[in-house]
Amino acid sequence: MTRETALNTVLMALLLGVPLWAWVSDEPFTITLATRAVIFALAAVGLNIALGLGGLVSFGHAVYFGIGGYAMGILAFHAQTYTPLMEWPLAIPGTKLMPVIWLVAMAVSGLVALAIGLLSLRTSGVYFIMITLAFGQMFYFFSISWPAYGGEDGLSIYIRNSFPGLNTLDPIQFFGICFVILCLVLWLNVRIVNAPFGLALNAARQVPQRVETVGLDPFRIRLTALVISGMICGLAGALFADLNRFVSPTMFSWQMSGELIVFIILGGLGRVFGPVAGATIFVVLEHALGGVSDYFLFFFGLLLLGVVLFARGGLYGLALGRADR
Amino acid sequence: MTFILIAEQILNGIQFGVMLFLMAAGLTLIFGVMGLINLAHGSLYMVGAFAAAAVAGASGSFILAVIAAMAAAAMAGVIVELAVIRRLYARDHLEQVLATFALILVFSEGTRWVFGSFPLFLDIPDYLSGPVTLPAGIQYPLYRLALIIAGLLVAIGLGLFITRTRVGIQIRAGENDREMTAALGVDIAKLYTFVFALGAALAGLAGALVGAIQSVQIGMGEPVLILAFVVIVIGGIGSIKGALVGSLLVGLTDTLGGVFLPEFFKLFADADVATATGSALASMAIYVLMACILIWRPTGLYGART
Amino acid sequence: MHLKSLALATAIGVLATGAMADTKVGMITTLSGGGAGLGLDVRDGFMLAINQSGRDDIEVVIEDDQRKPDIAVQLADKMIQSEKVDVLTGIIWSNLAMAVVPAATAQGKFYLSPNAGPSALAGQGCHPNYFNVAWQNDNLHEAAGAYANTAGLGNSFILAPNYPAGKDALTGYKRFFEGELAGEIYTELGQTDYAAEIAQIRASGADSVFFFLPGGMGISFLKQYADSGVDLPVVGPAFSFDQGILQAVGPAALGVVNTSQWNKDIDNPTNAAFVESFVAEYDRLPSLYASQGYDTAQLLISALEKADVSDQDAFRDALRAADFDSTRGEFAFGSNHHPVQTIYAREVIQEGDVFTNRIIGVALEDHADAYAADCKM
Repeated sequence: MTRETALNTVLMALLLGVPLWAWVSDEPFTITLATRAVIFALAAVGLNIALGLGGLVSFGHAVYFGIGGYAMGILAFHAQTYTPLMEWPLAIPGTKLMPVIWLVAMAVSGLVALAIGLLSLRTSGVYFIMITLAFGQMFYFFSISWPAYGGEDGLSIYIRNSFPGLNTLDPIQFFGICFVILCLVLWLNVRIVNAPFGLALNAARQVPQRVETVGLDPFRIRLTALVISGMICGLAGALFADLNRFVSPTMFSWQMSGELIVFIILGGLGRVFGPVAGATIFVVLEHALGGVSDYFLFFFGLLLLGVVLFARGGLYGLALGRADR
Repeated sequence: MTFILIAEQILNGIQFGVMLFLMAAGLTLIFGVMGLINLAHGSLYMVGAFAAAAVAGASGSFILAVIAAMAAAAMAGVIVELAVIRRLYARDHLEQVLATFALILVFSEGTRWVFGSFPLFLDIPDYLSGPVTLPAGIQYPLYRLALIIAGLLVAIGLGLFITRTRVGIQIRAGENDREMTAALGVDIAKLYTFVFALGAALAGLAGALVGAIQSVQIGMGEPVLILAFVVIVIGGIGSIKGALVGSLLVGLTDTLGGVFLPEFFKLFADADVATATGSALASMAIYVLMACILIWRPTGLYGART
Repeated sequence: MHLKSLALATAIGVLATGAMADTKVGMITTLSGGGAGLGLDVRDGFMLAINQSGRDDIEVVIEDDQRKPDIAVQLADKMIQSEKVDVLTGIIWSNLAMAVVPAATAQGKFYLSPNAGPSALAGQGCHPNYFNVAWQNDNLHEAAGAYANTAGLGNSFILAPNYPAGKDALTGYKRFFEGELAGEIYTELGQTDYAAEIAQIRASGADSVFFFLPGGMGISFLKQYADSGVDLPVVGPAFSFDQGILQAVGPAALGVVNTSQWNKDIDNPTNAAFVESFVAEYDRLPSLYASQGYDTAQLLISALEKADVSDQDAFRDALRAADFDSTRGEFAFGSNHHPVQTIYAREVIQEGDVFTNRIIGVALEDHADAYAADCKM
């Protein structure tokens, strides 16, 4: 076992062990916090496929996170008010079933990622960062001013959606669902890294010309990566909305996109489990510092600055030394 | 919709654009010369506005306040450049985005710590307040007219500075070939600090000038920052001319879109629906503009072709 | 100042943990970021009343929601699941209230709103455990419409940001205003430049302007309006003319009429004592929000004197009786647990160096809200 694998194991064991301990000692809020960390981790793992592996610095991944959230919000809203989602050309009712919501969330965010990718992948470098930001802002402003689903007030779903055979209202069971999904996605991520597609994507990041000479189209490889990445973020968004039983335009905000990037860098760029570490530390700090000072963001900013300047490679880099990347 | 109203709205669009230019010029210089994405540029704008409000409150002089704003922002810029930014030039964009994102948090909460949570007061000086009547009977606030003129003067000055002075030539040289410039004996580190301070001072100036007609409060820099990025991306990063054209495009699109889109939808929809739809689309208009321009020209209007 | 009051709050918390039969109150409010001024005022007003009551069996847990709905939801979960509070309060913004209140009341907690009053919680979404001590969101705008009628204004130009509370504002104004509308605009949320809107006002031929632009938006609008040479009378709800931000608007606000259920010159002993002690404690004039925080705490204390929180029905009846001395004078709850109260018209004046308000008349007497009929409980 390499040191990185060992660290991964410790991390996942902690992420599973702490909520289990909290469950035994009846501290439901700790479970809620852990669930939050797991969902943020899931979104960041999704972004990491585009950003870490593909080198696509998307400053607009909140779009997919938000779409996932609204997919859940809109479907559940129609189910709880007994109004059809649409009547024409065919009547589609809302639903409160998580698996259906997840599929819709992933399908819609995948389609949107496809459209945004087709347009924005024509640019590169800082222009790519900015055009993804622009798409993020479009969704943000649209969701704020479109009145049908609550506008800035957002949508409240009073009861968490259901999963066959489980009681999702029980914090530990909902945590279990999220944790299993995170594990599945991490497994998928490892598979992608080692599959021909992952190798090609990695090569397209480093030397696009070489990929072209072997007859692959870097554009299509990147587009595929962006779509997969968007779908995972969409799934995370749906879970996040279910955790809060609430969706609002803040899920689309550029600060949200920024936070997702923060998770990745904080954990360590280019590591499959880096985003998990980053998201977990972020949630712990947010919780711990928030109680200490009214100005905790000030200290959080300083801390973040320290990590970028002096701890290159993030937490993983710190723990393992500047290992091979 | 009368001619006077349209003319006034066009003036408003230009005024907004010119103020955006002050922000965008610094941003585009810093990116062009140092290759740095500076998200904290909006914080320097805020620093300028707060410094202006504090000095105006103490001295009662608007001129002093504007000078103080530029000095404070430039100073904040120098400190940040020496302490943080300097270490970021060789890093990739991702780390720059993150570090300057962190700087926003530090600046915003730090300012709140010093000045408290309530907005500050900064007003137009008496000699610039009130409206004036322009030819064709257009009533327009004198202060906004002064803003347009001040902004255009800065644009011309900046253009001359970049093309005609020794430092300006060094800046352009540094933009094109950093190693060669250094080999010719130009102190690159000093030049970078200077460019950063210049960009910061322009942001501070914009903060003070705009602060007088808006609310001086925490977080006032971020919306402007995003718009300034839109501007430089449309204009082509590194190009002062592009920043000017981009600023005016964004200013006019935003102002005129907000006025005419609702009117346009009223032609074929209920007033209520039209206002809501029109306003919703108007708030997205500049981002749609930016996406279209980038799809048409992936490096902006005046950006270097690769 | 903030640190001092926070230390006080913590001290109370520590004191109270030692006492018997505690009532635990969770306050979720905005203490950081751009909207922090409102949350600080609510917190300070609330804590002032708790301190003055001398009761050491009320423990208040205060947390900052950063004005983010997901943080607010998380804090509510924490307060309910981990702190096991009995009563929640403190939220400033409607969208945060919509995220927190339905879930909290569904879990059997009491919620006392010191500020937000979204229509959904006043009508069909009302709940026996939800009490609003401030106003239903439409109220102050309705009063502005009523005032415009009595002031003889017949042709208003109205504007608000394009988000739900903005739409409620214009609806509220139109519900009572009997004149014509010269124009109706929705601006962008967070917009800072109103030159385009002011040009439209100038061209519209209106005889008055009504606007709802909370926080920094209102400051920007008023400064630019004052400088534009358009000198139509302006009417608005109190939010843009409140103590916290009036100093930042400056002379541009002088003479503007705004509607409010409270002002520091309302003549009753409770209010006089409140204003005096608030200034003494925090060294600034209290705002509308501070008065609402104070009244919320007073309501809570009055109910605790009659019943224990553990006896939910008795405690609810005690709250509903609203048997406390409000800073606004007369105060009662309607059938949907929202205030029935008098709303005044105030005028912005200058007292020495300080800009503040004085009452010039009554806009609506014993006013309830338009949604009470939809509330079934």
